[in-house]
Amino acid sequence: MAIDPKKHAMPVQDAKVRAHNFNEVALGYDEKTAVAEAQRCLNCKNRPCVSGCPVNISIPEFISKVKTGEFEEAYKIISASSSLPAVCGRVCPQETQCESKCTLGIKFEPVGIGRLERFVADYHNKNFKGITSVPVSNGHKVAVIGSGPSGLTCAGDLAKKGYKVSVFEALHTAGGVLVYGIPEFRLPKAIVKEEVDALKQYGVEVDTNVVIGKTLTVDELFEMGYEAVFIGSGAGLPRFMGIPGESLKGVYSANEFLTRSNLMKAYKEGSDTPIMHAKHVAVVGGGNVAMDAARTALRLGAESVHIIYRRSMEEIPARREEVEHAEEEGIVFDILRNPVEILGYHNPDDRRDPKNGFVTGVKVIKCELGEPDEQGRRRPVEIPGSEYVIDVDCVIMAIGTSPNPLIKNTTAGLEVNRRGGIIVEEATGKTSKEGVYAGGDAVTGAATVILAMGAGKTAAKAIDEYIQSK
Amino acid sequence: MYEIKTKRVLNPTVTMMDIYAPLVAKKAEPGQFVILRVDEDGERIPLTVAGYDREAGTVKIIFQIVGATTMKLNQKEAGECLADFCGPLGRATETDGLKKVCIVGGGVGCAIALPVAQKLHSLGCEVHSVIGFRNKDLLILEDEFAACSDKLTVMTDDGSYGRKGVVTEPLKEALEAGEKYDMVIAIGPIVMMKFVVATAKPFGVPVTVSMNPIMIDGTGMCGGCRLTVGGKTKFACVDGPDFDGYEVDFDEAMERSRMYCDFEAHAREEACNLFKKEVQ
Repeated sequence: MAIDPKKHAMPVQDAKVRAHNFNEVALGYDEKTAVAEAQRCLNCKNRPCVSGCPVNISIPEFISKVKTGEFEEAYKIISASSSLPAVCGRVCPQETQCESKCTLGIKFEPVGIGRLERFVADYHNKNFKGITSVPVSNGHKVAVIGSGPSGLTCAGDLAKKGYKVSVFEALHTAGGVLVYGIPEFRLPKAIVKEEVDALKQYGVEVDTNVVIGKTLTVDELFEMGYEAVFIGSGAGLPRFMGIPGESLKGVYSANEFLTRSNLMKAYKEGSDTPIMHAKHVAVVGGGNVAMDAARTALRLGAESVHIIYRRSMEEIPARREEVEHAEEEGIVFDILRNPVEILGYHNPDDRRDPKNGFVTGVKVIKCELGEPDEQGRRRPVEIPGSEYVIDVDCVIMAIGTSPNPLIKNTTAGLEVNRRGGIIVEEATGKTSKEGVYAGGDAVTGAATVILAMGAGKTAAKAIDEYIQSK
Repeated sequence: MYEIKTKRVLNPTVTMMDIYAPLVAKKAEPGQFVILRVDEDGERIPLTVAGYDREAGTVKIIFQIVGATTMKLNQKEAGECLADFCGPLGRATETDGLKKVCIVGGGVGCAIALPVAQKLHSLGCEVHSVIGFRNKDLLILEDEFAACSDKLTVMTDDGSYGRKGVVTEPLKEALEAGEKYDMVIAIGPIVMMKFVVATAKPFGVPVTVSMNPIMIDGTGMCGGCRLTVGGKTKFACVDGPDFDGYEVDFDEAMERSRMYCDFEAHAREEACNLFKKEVQ
C-alpha cells in the first residue's frame, strides 16, 4: 500500500463559527482516521521521534498499538512516560519536536504524532475510568510547589513510585498555566481536571490557596517532614514595555486578560469577574500567549484584533497551528512593528468624563530586520519617522515574564541567576540547596508545557535517587 | 473550606468577620492582605487583614459592602464557609524603629489601620490616631482605637460626631504645633491619602500609604494591581501594599480604580433589592 504523503487532516470547527465561541477548535480524529494515520508510521529502527520528545514517549510502540486498534494498550505506553497525555496532544509544538525528526518527514509530511497522542488520551478518558493499580506506599513524603505542567508531572512520577506527594498551589484551582493561561478553545478545562483527578487517584494531594514564600516557606516544608521539595512555581511577573500610556484603562498584561477569561470564567455570561469587551484590540508579542490573548479577545466580541510583532512571520515563536488558526479566524498580523506609545482619552473640559483615561490607540513604528542577535534571530531595527497610530480600545502586552521573587526571597541558600531564574543542574534539576529541586518556567523563564514536563520528570527521577540513597 | 467563626455588623455598610484559616493566622502581620472567594465561580477579591488570633487560628476581615461580591459575602452567616481564603499576601507594614507615629484612617480604611496602631502601641511607640467618617452612623472601631492610642481624634464630614471636618485638619494642627512624628501612616480612600501626603509635605514628615488596587491573583502573576511609584511600575501585591506616599502617582491610581465602574454598577443593580436598600 502506498503511503499517503499527507497527514490525515484534523477536523476543526469552521473558522467563522469558532471565532464567536469558546468551544474547542480542533475536534480530534475518529477511530478510523486514527488507525489510518497510524498506518503511515514506518516503524523505523532508529526511532528518531523518541529523541525529539522531551519526556521520551515510546512513540513507535504506541503507534503500533493504534494500528491494531488496541487503543487502551497505546494509552498505557504513553502514560508510562507522560502524566498529561491529553494535554500534550493538544499543546505541544510537535512540529519542532517529535514530528520534526520523523523519518517519513524527509520525503512527505511526518506522522501526526500529536494528533494520535490526543486521540489515544481522549479514547482512554472516554472509555476508562480509574487507574489500573494504586502504588504501594514507600513511606517517604515529597512536597511539590505549583500544580502546573512541571509540578503535576513530578508529582505523578513520584506517586507512581509510592511516594506520598503533596502539591501546594497558590490559586484556588489546580493546573497552573493549563487553567489560567491556555484558553478553553485550545485546552478544555474539563480535560485538565480529568488529568489532575487521575493523579489524585495515585494518592497525590493538592493543597490549594497555599502560597509558598508567604503561607509556608520551603524550610517549613522540611520541618513538616517532607524529605525533598520540587519548585515548579512558574514564570512569574508579567513584563511591560516601559512606554508611555501603559497605565491607561484598557491595557492588560496577557496574564491578567487570560486569567480573567480562563481561570475566572469572565467569558461566560453572568460571571462575577469583569473583563473588557473591547471592539478593537492590539496584542503585543508573537508567542503562543499572544495568539491565545488575540483569539480570546476575538471570541469576547472584538471586531478587529491586531497582533503587533517586531520581527517577521519567519521568526514568530508561536506554535505553527496557532498562527494558522489565528489567521483563519481573521486576526490581523502587523509584523515588523513595535509600539512606542499607548494613547488615551482626555477631556480637558470635563474631569468627570467617564471616557477619560481609557485607551484610544497605539502608536507603532515600522521595523526592518537587521543583523542576527546572539541566538541567531535577526534583530528588528526601527525605521525613523515611520510611526503611525492604530485605533484600538484595548492593548494586551504578551511580551514575557520575569521570575517571581517570593520563593527566592524566603529560601536561604537557593541561588538564582542574573535574571532571577533558579539555578539547577540540568541533568537532575538539583538546586544549590540540599533536597530542593526545580524545573519549568521558574528555571528557564517562559517556555513550553512539554519542556516543563520534561524538567518535572527529570527532577522526579533525581528526587527518587536522592531519597533512596539517604 | 474556611468557616466564618463570628460575624458582627459594625455599621449598615461595614461588617466584621473572623475566618478560620490557621495557616494564614499563624503568619499574618498588620499591613498584609488575603484574597478570598465567597463561593465556587465567585470573584477573587483582596481584603486587608484587620486582625488575627494565632491561638484560635482565625483571621479578622472588615469589609465595606460596595459591590456584588461584598454583598454576597455579607449574606453569609457565622457557621457558613467561604470557598477560598489565601494569604497572608504582600509585605507587612514596617514598624521597626518607630517611636512616635500618627495614624490617619478614613472610613473602612480604619479597619486596616487598627492592627497597625495596635502593633505599634504594643511595641511601645507613641500612637496618635486621627480617624474620619462621613457621619456618625458610619463610625467604626472607636473604642478599639482609643485603647491603643495615646491621643485619638474622631472626625466626621458633617459634624454629627466628634469634630466636624476632614482628617488632614488635626494632622496639620499637630504638625504646626511642633509634633515630631517619625512617620505618618495613612490608610483610606486614595484621595484622602493624597491629601495627607500634601499636608505632611511642608513639614518633611515621611508618609506611608496602603494601596488597595484591583487585583486577581495577589502573587505577582497578573500585573493588574500595578501602580506608578517613583516613576517605576510596581505591583501592589508583591512590592506593597505599603508605599512611600511621596512617590505614589495617586491620580493614576484613582483613574485605574474606576476601570470596572460600569460593570460594578450593573452587578449592584442585579443584586438583591433588599441589599441594595441597605447599601444606599
